[in-house]
Amino acid sequence: MSSTSGGEVSIRDLSKSFSIGGRSLAVLRTLNLDIRSGECLVIVGASGSGKTTLLRILAGLEAADSGGVAIDGKPVHGVGAERAVIFQEPRLLPWLTVLGNVAFGLEVRGVPKAEAEERARFYIALVGLAEFGDAFPRQLSGGMAQRVGIARALTVQPEILLLDEPLGALDAMTKIGMQEELARIWSEENVTMVMVTHDLEEAIYLADRVLILPKEKGGAARLIDIDLPRPRERSESRFVRYREELLREFGLH
Amino acid sequence: MTLQHIEQAASLGTRDGTTSLGTDFLRLGGRAGIRFLSRYGALIAFLAIWQVSSSAGWVNTAVLPPIDMIVAALWKGLAGGTLLGDIAISLQRAGLAFAAAVLVAIPLGLFMGQVRAVETALDPILQVFRQTSALALYPVFILLLGLGEASKVFVIFWATLFPLLLNTIGGVKQVDPKLLEMARVYGARQLTVFRRVVLPGAVPSIFVGLRLSATTALLLLIASEMIGANKGIGFQVMNAQYNFQIPLMFAAIVILAGLGLIANQALVSLQRRLCRWSNAVD
Repeated sequence: MSSTSGGEVSIRDLSKSFSIGGRSLAVLRTLNLDIRSGECLVIVGASGSGKTTLLRILAGLEAADSGGVAIDGKPVHGVGAERAVIFQEPRLLPWLTVLGNVAFGLEVRGVPKAEAEERARFYIALVGLAEFGDAFPRQLSGGMAQRVGIARALTVQPEILLLDEPLGALDAMTKIGMQEELARIWSEENVTMVMVTHDLEEAIYLADRVLILPKEKGGAARLIDIDLPRPRERSESRFVRYREELLREFGLH
Repeated sequence: MTLQHIEQAASLGTRDGTTSLGTDFLRLGGRAGIRFLSRYGALIAFLAIWQVSSSAGWVNTAVLPPIDMIVAALWKGLAGGTLLGDIAISLQRAGLAFAAAVLVAIPLGLFMGQVRAVETALDPILQVFRQTSALALYPVFILLLGLGEASKVFVIFWATLFPLLLNTIGGVKQVDPKLLEMARVYGARQLTVFRRVVLPGAVPSIFVGLRLSATTALLLLIASEMIGANKGIGFQVMNAQYNFQIPLMFAAIVILAGLGLIANQALVSLQRRLCRWSNAVD
């Protein structure tokens, strides 16, 4: 139950600015990047560096000022069935059960209810919530609710999974467990994953490559390959060295 | 005295060798009794004080007759059928007006909540209408529609329309935009977003409006029946007072209270069924 090929993203000369208080503020400046099919790319950067904006452009929720994005050679205009987004908040519909929420994405695409629910059950089990299918969102903890959000995204079997600080709102213990879960899901589902985070350790734990967006005008985006075997060990010396390298990039070390 | 005291006493009894079946019954009975008392104790005390002070002659019995006389008058009116006709006509007036308000306010509110331009255009006039007391407009409605059923139903409709309309608009507007965006990401079309996100999200607020409107409907019903009516519960309250049939007057008031309670309870249980997901139902 996983998508096979596809999920290649090419970003060409992408620029985006916002006007805040009458002043134009450039957040992305002629960004060029190729995201390989099936890779896990993690985007980090100081706040205001445009990492969430980049993800929202990839999702089709915002339009670029100039330049553009193509997926498997086809230019992106708006949202598309080959992409699914996991937000920082679970964004569950409180009136639907866990099963209803996970099946929601398929149902709005016209998949018959029975079939949608059958596929939903598979992914609910995959995120470890098999016994909670009938629960309502208000009965779930933050971590469980986010798992439901992840299951909902996986159920539509996207080629590209876009994650916007998905673990940002969770406590430290839950977060580590969920990082392991995401790593497992990514390796099992063979999906291209693009994730925004402000947690450098999370970036190193999950990423094939880390994209660092510059904060200052004129700065260039940087890509760092994370060449570590999986599953990764946070205390390993090479892991720690990557961490120091990233901290240096941020001028914090 | 709390629940715990009772439980302790009961379990001590078991240890002392009393039959456990007996203690269980005692405990169950005790629990139910306490739950009943904590909920209805104040009401029972109120009625008891009324009954005692009236039958003992502490208050003017002609103005506040004892409860048993009111109950007797109520029974006579219901069993004899004189009040049944009043109940029927009152229910018809309030029911028609309420149904019309539901049919107009909910679709209009859903539409206004969705389409910004419509809301902007209609909001000022809505605010003016809402702040104008329906009772003050009743003479106008009488002039326009005559002193018959039409003006009565219309004044109730007018007053019930606004709480429902404003709560429906509010319910639609307060639906979390993040949920709308989520639905959009999954490719939901506008109609699907409306049906699967906006509408269910607005339901709790619509119910607040329905319950407010039901209360308002009964209020305006009585007011309208006090002017130029010759039938109806509101008419009976006034009429019994004129004729100094005070127990009958209170019997009519009791019926009114009963109708209000039934209407509210019906809406609450409907809301419980429709909003199983939220525990915001009081």
